[in-house]
Amino acid sequence: MHKVFSVPDPLRKTPTHYCPGCGHGIAHRLVAEVIQDLGIRGKTIAVAPVGCAVVAYDYWKFDCSEAPHGRALAVATAIKRMQPEKIVFTYQGDGDLAAIGTNETIHAANRGENLSVVFINNAIYGMTGGQLAPTTLLGQKTSTSAAGRDKKLHGYPLKISEMLALLPGVCYLERVSLHNPGEVLKAKSAIRRAFQNQLEGLGFSLVEVLSPCPTYWGLSPREALDWIRDVMQKEFPLGRIK
Amino acid sequence: MMNNKKILLSGNEAIARGAIQAGCGFYAGYPITPQNELIGYMSNHLRDSGGVFIQAESELAAINMVYGAAASGARAMTSSSSPGISLMQEGISYIAGSALPAVIVNIMRGGPGLGNIAPAQSDYFQATRGGGHGDYRLIVLAPDSVQEAYDLTREAFYLSDKYRVPAMILGDGVLGQMMEPVELSVKKAKMGDKSGWCLSGCQGRQPHVVKSFFLREGELEKFNLKLQKVYRRIEEKEARCEEMFLAGAEIILVAYGTMARIAKSVIMRLRNEGKKIGLIRPVSLWPFPREAFRAAGRNTEYLVLEMSYGQMLEDVRLAVAGRRKIEFLGRSGGGILSEGEIIDKIRSLIRKPGGRK
Repeated sequence: MHKVFSVPDPLRKTPTHYCPGCGHGIAHRLVAEVIQDLGIRGKTIAVAPVGCAVVAYDYWKFDCSEAPHGRALAVATAIKRMQPEKIVFTYQGDGDLAAIGTNETIHAANRGENLSVVFINNAIYGMTGGQLAPTTLLGQKTSTSAAGRDKKLHGYPLKISEMLALLPGVCYLERVSLHNPGEVLKAKSAIRRAFQNQLEGLGFSLVEVLSPCPTYWGLSPREALDWIRDVMQKEFPLGRIK
Repeated sequence: MMNNKKILLSGNEAIARGAIQAGCGFYAGYPITPQNELIGYMSNHLRDSGGVFIQAESELAAINMVYGAAASGARAMTSSSSPGISLMQEGISYIAGSALPAVIVNIMRGGPGLGNIAPAQSDYFQATRGGGHGDYRLIVLAPDSVQEAYDLTREAFYLSDKYRVPAMILGDGVLGQMMEPVELSVKKAKMGDKSGWCLSGCQGRQPHVVKSFFLREGELEKFNLKLQKVYRRIEEKEARCEEMFLAGAEIILVAYGTMARIAKSVIMRLRNEGKKIGLIRPVSLWPFPREAFRAAGRNTEYLVLEMSYGQMLEDVRLAVAGRRKIEFLGRSGGGILSEGEIIDKIRSLIRKPGGRK
């Protein structure tokens, strides 16, 4: 019998701790599938974030490092510089990459570090209980912006990917989404591209993944997907940025 | 084995050369006075020995780059001065919590805050008490000459690797800037095997994870107990100090680093006058050389000298445990005790009513 679907080898056969309808499980799997397709599990080193995905190394079956909150790209920079033949990527949320770690993000990108970044944008802080994120939409209610994000109080949703597009060291930027199967497939090919670029030594690649957080959006899993489609992607348009 | 040729080096350069001689394969740093010769030397020379140099965008990035390089199995180092070391505390705690070896150099300047760029010893608490969060320790070595700065830097790498505990070289602006002749080692660095835990890709083995996060109940306590065991072993085996004229000493000066150099001059002057003055110079500040304080005679007094307002003083009190009298003299914020100030204090101790004649 021909097997058409199975757990990719770089993914452990274990249930995750993520909430029902969370996007991390899908994104973890996409990364694992890409690593399997490219045959690079034995030479891949991941840097996990601080946030909901801190224990990504419990789900992935390859070498992983932790990093303090926001510092994943500093840690990854050194790992890659010490071992240029390895494939090194970071997996970071919006708080990690675009708030506390903005400096590390911009400078790793500007140095053109030959790294791949999977950037999960769910417009909220998940692990700490649904606080305002740099990417929270105007009007979006969070536990620290109960009346909704107000541009006068909180500023605007930060478009870090568009900012990074200005930097000559960045070779590839694409924004994708997990809100339906077609978009999930596109997300996979963007992640594959980011890894492929590193294999070819082209420089800094980042894939921004719009990912549902039904728990802290106060929506059902299904409604959360629709919210990405109808609301979130208007602020964060999908497609190739660079 | 040493060759006999001596060359003139600043303390900062000596630390850089000691690191490269010890097989340092990675350095990241951010400029700050008074340690800029160190990052300068590394930027020009580390590549020649096959190492990687990165000028980081901040001290936060620098210490986390050290984390990544150490996780890769390299001998990794950063250097800075007081305010920059404060910024690194988060990363140092993570390095300790991930059981990674690394060497951090602090060429201290005056504080608190931006302070100034004059030499000081006011980061002793931060270095020896764990400036970051959590129950961790650093091995802290404090050279008092350029030669020793070179030698102890190499030692710091070996000790850090041996115990998988980060090590700190604690100097000050005087030591970093002054020049002295140094005998360089020609000994080839012995590199330990880190393949059992470092991140190198899981080809042909189970994946490795470098982390300091232990969420499951009991795990973190277990990890902490393991660390504590290592710390006890270090306390037993790695305490070191220099002792001078302790036998029969009436007053024992206690000083480290630059302050100890001044103390030594004082001792030479007073011993020429027949005064019985000795010196304990802690070389490892953690572990603190407690044993050195057990041998003092019944009438001995200690005089602790620091370029701070009394930080190592607390370790001396713990070591002496109330058995002897302890006096203190210190200046900081750019002020350094002169020989004259110290001699005046010693004379007042000798002459004081009810004291010895």
